[in-house]
Amino acid sequence: MGTLIELRNLSKVYERGRQKVEVLHHIDLDIAEGDFLAMMGPSGSGKTTLLNLIGGLDSPSGGSIAVAGQRLDQLGAGALARWRAAHVGFVFQFYNLMPMLSAQRNVELPLLLTRLNGAQRRKNAGIALQLVGLGDRAAHKPGELSGGQQQRVAIARAIVSDPALLVCDEPTGDLDRQSAEDVLGLLRTLNREHGKTIVMVTHDPKAAEYANHTLHLDKGTLVEQATA
Amino acid sequence: MKYLHLIWAALFRRKARTVLTLVSIVAAFLLFGMLDAVRTSFDQAGQSANGAQRLQTGSKLSFIQPLPQSLEAQIAQVPGVKQVTYANWFGGAYQDPHNQVFSFAVAPNYIDLYPEIAVDPAARKAFDASRTGALVGETLARRFHWKVGDKIPLQSTIFPNREGSKNWSFDIVGILHSTDKKTGGFYDQLFLLHWKYFDETTPYNRGQVGWYVSRVADVNQADRVARAIDALSANSDHETRTQTEQATTASWMKQLADIGLIVGAIMGAVFFTLLLLSGNTMMQAVRERTAELAVLKTIGFSSRSVLAMVLAESVLLLLLGGVVGLGLAALLIPGVSAGSGGMLNLPTVGASSWLLGLALMVAVGLLVGALPAWRAMRLNIVDALAGR
Repeated sequence: MGTLIELRNLSKVYERGRQKVEVLHHIDLDIAEGDFLAMMGPSGSGKTTLLNLIGGLDSPSGGSIAVAGQRLDQLGAGALARWRAAHVGFVFQFYNLMPMLSAQRNVELPLLLTRLNGAQRRKNAGIALQLVGLGDRAAHKPGELSGGQQQRVAIARAIVSDPALLVCDEPTGDLDRQSAEDVLGLLRTLNREHGKTIVMVTHDPKAAEYANHTLHLDKGTLVEQATA
Repeated sequence: MKYLHLIWAALFRRKARTVLTLVSIVAAFLLFGMLDAVRTSFDQAGQSANGAQRLQTGSKLSFIQPLPQSLEAQIAQVPGVKQVTYANWFGGAYQDPHNQVFSFAVAPNYIDLYPEIAVDPAARKAFDASRTGALVGETLARRFHWKVGDKIPLQSTIFPNREGSKNWSFDIVGILHSTDKKTGGFYDQLFLLHWKYFDETTPYNRGQVGWYVSRVADVNQADRVARAIDALSANSDHETRTQTEQATTASWMKQLADIGLIVGAIMGAVFFTLLLLSGNTMMQAVRERTAELAVLKTIGFSSRSVLAMVLAESVLLLLLGGVVGLGLAALLIPGVSAGSGGMLNLPTVGASSWLLGLALMVAVGLLVGALPAWRAMRLNIVDALAGR
């Protein structure tokens, strides 16, 4: 497998008023295509910042970041939005579903940015919901689903446009143990059987066990790399 | 269009708040529809094809200042004048001073100059033959349940009779009908009595008339004819001002009240309040959806798309309420006209009112949506997802 993500000398500095806070210090990292990587570390270590940079949600202050050969640090906001729509799926700790839309409509959201017609969008969303085991809950709104089910809808939304990369920020942080294992099992299936490259931030060592590799960050620096 | 369900769902995310805002918008546009009908009604007064052929001559000092009746023969001699008649304001009220009646004391040929007034030949003959006879508009007759043969007491608010009483008595001899309901609804409320009876009975008049009406042979020569009529009384103690009927009506209306200004002021206040109210709704709606908007941007919606969706939501809110409000106005106006006993003859909500209303809905929608949409567009994904 080749390298999908290349980070070189990557830095991120936040300006809060007059204060400058350097969150990431000169990170060098390669993530292989098809990898399942967990990132761990204490709060404030820069995990989510690094994840945001890999997902194209934020721009680095220094260094470079390339995903499948595309230099994200050289893209403007509009181009980054188009790149995210085509190449990345996002899973958040609190699911972040639209409460007024059904599961089906939530999953269809990324497809609104494609040229698919309504029938094709419904069909693809239905397939994604089947894949996460919620084909019979398509008409339900998020408020009518359990936390684990909502997270699976969020995963269906993340994969519906078939991106190569999934970035997951604490995907099990709000779930009970059983639901967390279901979600992690699903992510492992997506990684192993569908070839998705997954980068996951977690505080939970048990969640990290589902990944192929675990990176540890502390104070914005990579301190250790473990292989599962 | 493929975003419509998303916009619709966002709009009704808080049903109670959206419905309450919609009720305010419905009320504002209902008021707009009704007041625009009032304005249109005043604008249309005196606007008819026949009205363009008629010139009205009154005192230059004031429309309540009388003119000598002897002027009739001189006006009739002015080149271009085909026919001339005259009338006096009577100022009648029926039973109660609040029941004002549009009552004119008119010359025998008055109706000849108004083809918009239809009257049965037998009734016209009876009117001509009767000293105390009166012709009444059909709406007026219906309002007070009058019929031909009734003897009607009218109290003049201005003119006493020979005995010094302001109570006059008239015999209804016929009913008037306007042939053009759109511009001539006014004629259905007229009460016409003989100028000769009026002049002989009140000691206040003595051979004077309130105004003259002339029909011109050629509409294109109306200005020249008007100047020639006014020249007859130049430098006299009864100088005149001659205008088209439309201009005279507009001038009377303006002395009564500047309806356009009043309507504009009321609607300005209403729409200003609406701006604040719906603007507040949109600001709240967008503020509580910050995380959801950030998710949309995360999955690839551009900042412009988010801006357009918030603006569309705001415009949709205004369109929903506005169309219902104007539709209600269209339904209610005929009832209001009928309920006024003919005192109000409001036109229904026409195409121009709909166009103006729709333009207002879009403009107000864009205005109230502008700030929340701009904020949504500028939303920083990372900060919004972190709840900052």
